[in-house]
Amino acid sequence: MNDETPETAGALKAKPKTSMHFIRTHLREYGILIALIVIMAFFQFMTGGILLKPVNLTNLILQNSYIIIMAVGMLLVIVAGHIDLSVGSVLGFIGALAAVMIVEYDINYVVTAIVCLAAGAAIGAMQGYWIAYFKIPAFIVTLAGMLVFKGLTLWLLAGQSIGPFPKNFQLISSGFIPDLFKAEGINLFSLSLGVLTASILIILSARSRMHQQRIGIVDEPFAFFFAKNAIIAFAIIYLSYLLAAFRGLPNVLIIMAFLISVYTFIASKTTIGRRIYAIGGNEKAAKLSGINTERLTFLTFANMGMLAALAGLVFAARLNTATPKAGFAFELDVIAAVFIGGASMSGGVGTIIGAVVGAFIMGVMNNGMSILGIGIDWQQVIKGLVLLAAVIFDVYNKNKA
Amino acid sequence: MQHADSSGSVMTQAEAPSQQSTSSSGYSGEANSREANSRLGADQDIILEMRHITKSFPGVKALDDVSLKVQRGEIHALVGENGAGKSTLMKVLSGVYPHGKYAGDIVYNGEVLALRGIADSESKGIIIIHQELALVPLLSIAENIFLGNEISSKGIIDWPETNRKTSELLRKVGLSENPESLVSDLGLGKQQLIEIAKALSKEVKLLILDEPTSSLNEKDSDTLLALLTEFKARGISSILISHKLNEISRVADTITVLRDGTLVSTLDCHAQAISEDHIIRDMVGRSLSDRYPPRTPQIGDAVMQVRDWTVHHPLYPDNKVVSGVDLDLRRGEVLGIAGLMGAGRTELAMSLFGRSYGRNISGEVMINGKAVDLGTIRKAIDAGLCYVTEDRKQYGLVLDQSIQRNIPLANLNAVAQFGLIDENRELAVANDYREKINIRCPDVSQQTINLSGGNQQKVVLSKWLFADPEILILDEPTRGIDVGAKYEIYTIIRDLAAAGKSIIVISSEMPELLGICDRLYVMNEGRFVGELSVAEATQEKIMSMIVRASA
Ligand SMILES: Nc1ncnc2c1ncn2[C@@H]1O[C@H](COP(=O)(O)OP(=O)(O)OP(=O)(O)O)[C@@H](O)[C@H]1O
Ligand SMILES: [Mg+2]
Repeated sequence: MNDETPETAGALKAKPKTSMHFIRTHLREYGILIALIVIMAFFQFMTGGILLKPVNLTNLILQNSYIIIMAVGMLLVIVAGHIDLSVGSVLGFIGALAAVMIVEYDINYVVTAIVCLAAGAAIGAMQGYWIAYFKIPAFIVTLAGMLVFKGLTLWLLAGQSIGPFPKNFQLISSGFIPDLFKAEGINLFSLSLGVLTASILIILSARSRMHQQRIGIVDEPFAFFFAKNAIIAFAIIYLSYLLAAFRGLPNVLIIMAFLISVYTFIASKTTIGRRIYAIGGNEKAAKLSGINTERLTFLTFANMGMLAALAGLVFAARLNTATPKAGFAFELDVIAAVFIGGASMSGGVGTIIGAVVGAFIMGVMNNGMSILGIGIDWQQVIKGLVLLAAVIFDVYNKNKA
Repeated sequence: MQHADSSGSVMTQAEAPSQQSTSSSGYSGEANSREANSRLGADQDIILEMRHITKSFPGVKALDDVSLKVQRGEIHALVGENGAGKSTLMKVLSGVYPHGKYAGDIVYNGEVLALRGIADSESKGIIIIHQELALVPLLSIAENIFLGNEISSKGIIDWPETNRKTSELLRKVGLSENPESLVSDLGLGKQQLIEIAKALSKEVKLLILDEPTSSLNEKDSDTLLALLTEFKARGISSILISHKLNEISRVADTITVLRDGTLVSTLDCHAQAISEDHIIRDMVGRSLSDRYPPRTPQIGDAVMQVRDWTVHHPLYPDNKVVSGVDLDLRRGEVLGIAGLMGAGRTELAMSLFGRSYGRNISGEVMINGKAVDLGTIRKAIDAGLCYVTEDRKQYGLVLDQSIQRNIPLANLNAVAQFGLIDENRELAVANDYREKINIRCPDVSQQTINLSGGNQQKVVLSKWLFADPEILILDEPTRGIDVGAKYEIYTIIRDLAAAGKSIIVISSEMPELLGICDRLYVMNEGRFVGELSVAEATQEKIMSMIVRASA
């Protein structure tokens, strides 16, 4: 055996990886991006260009910000092999809490925000405690949480809407980053930020590719690498140009961009991320490898609660009031976004970027269909079918491989 | 008859691998034709012929032009190293990879098959029992046997008839269990027999068994093999995949040897006696003069002492699964724990390893003379104790992650800095182990679910070697592993011991324990019933200790 294995291994390694092979193994990642582009193009065409009008684009981002913020947390929950059905209710509850604190008790909005985030984390931690340490299925614990916090929201608001919020608090959602360059007609600072972001992304991915090349593990054909980066850079610059033409980059967008990059980093580069994926992939094996599965599960839920609270603040600020109906059925959109983005129900699989793109797909469809005047009834039907199609595509893809 | 290895072993490294494979397959063609000639006299009743089967996966050619003939009523053994393509060939035959997903023909009872799935092959009487059992634990024996095939009229199950038939089938496989008892209450050996009874219920003509005895004890294995021999008389053919060559040479009529996805030879066991060495030569392409690497033990001071270790069953707290065990382990020592399946060896090991099994655990552990708390797995690992599980799929691997990600899992901090994973380091580590213990894969980004059983085992082992333990507990480390790779694992064990580590090996294969250990404990029904130095130990002595303890 010893005299032949090195040869076999060599022969196997030497086998060139064709672009076909690469496409097959990465169909999902590209598929979802392409799907988003196609859907955007479709609605851009159907709405006669309204979709990408600066005003509408800004709106699109504001409308979906809270879904995306929660999708980031939900991705980790689902990767760890669980689910959180309570996020919609928690969002509503935190909005109500903020309203009561700020409007009724006149507490400073910064203090309120901090208290709210902590409350969200505590809520998540409470649910995570039962799930992680008592092995009660997340579905049940968070279903209970969903009912409980929906009820507490009603109680807190006494069935009324509370508002409006002070100007400063509203700025979370309705504010735009100031234009430091003060150019005419266009928000030059926002545009420059877009260009900067695109450049940083290109530099980062070029660096990692060069690195891979050095140790000889590049499998992405150069054409793909180039096209992907070109498209992404173009998209970022173009979109920031559009946004700059209106009022610039919204504050929420900055929050989102920050969250997306931090969580992508955590998920893909840190030991914590690696461990969460391992837990979702095989909890028993992870545990026997010395991973503290309970604590990580617990933290994943606490984190989800905190992000749901953040989303609650953003949503309340956007509506400028807290209503008992806030957050109703949001969990469904969030979960759908994560699955459209390629996460697996059984855990261990999925990416932050995928979930974000999944959320945008849902968002663009919502927005586009509303512009087209399609009723809420058919919107639901179509979104349902898209979710199903995405998951079928996943399963089909997996079976074929 | 000439052998592939004779050409293989003279060949130098410099020669291209393609040459080697053509030479071996070309030559096996010759062997086949000779075989065919020698058999023409005997009644040629071919039930199955697989012709020129080729099957590729991305990056791997798992089968390359493999042909195979099975006679009616014979036991046809399929052997080869881990990853040689045995399971893949059988998955092709049973429709797991349907027609069109491979090249070549399957001719069965004179008819060319184009299978669309397992249901197709089952309806033809081809039944496969996979490497991993597929019984539903919380259903009864009868329910399992007739699952998907229920005896019913208008959708209503006829229970009396089901149970009657089940009893009949159970009798045929030599069991006398109640058809209504739960499968989860049976031992592995009996579960395996239930699988066979299930196959019988489907009027099996060709039974495929993928490593059926790898987790059975000797007695259960014997029962199973005797059953196969009995089937021969009834005209049922079996294809038997196994790494236990002694079993193969005992029951096989024909042996087909695969290596790296190609056919090496087809050996007729009736034309001449086939020795195990002969099979090994064909399998690995060279002869293995020794099954165990030579070793001069250098045993030092006591490393671990376990005193009065008692463990209760997690669900039935009144049952003692381990009781009053005292264990001593020295530096540089390879310590074996012998015993039958179910003796409590795994439970002992897992309870020591961070209390990952059982409840109401009592007793004391000292490492390097100091009492240590092994209360969590993390603490156990930090204290230098590692446990390599016997159940790699359930407890060992994150199956949908790559080799590269599985290997550092128990020691992530070693490939990270300030919590950031250094992927280059990770890759280097994975490649290092791939080379060191010969994990066969196109590259380390391969998902472990796609590895052959034996190679999965090697990944699990790598994971724990990378955790750099002082004391390594190996639970059935060579289960499902080919002879060549076994030797490699024994070498790793030897080298670890030579480097001053201490190793505990749990194994149901006594020759293996006698071959690699310095000292043995014999365990039975949760107790240590004897201790032997390897010099004085024999299989008979171990068995008699077990029997005496049970009496
Ligand atoms: N689904 C798959 N995707 C990719 N490669 C695969 C897949 N299934 C098997 N392989 C590869 O095909 C080869 C043959 O695997 P197979 O399981 O048939 O080996 P085997 O002879 O049964 O080995 P073992 O004795 O270890 O069970 C291996 O290199 C394996 O990695
Ligand atoms: Mg196999």
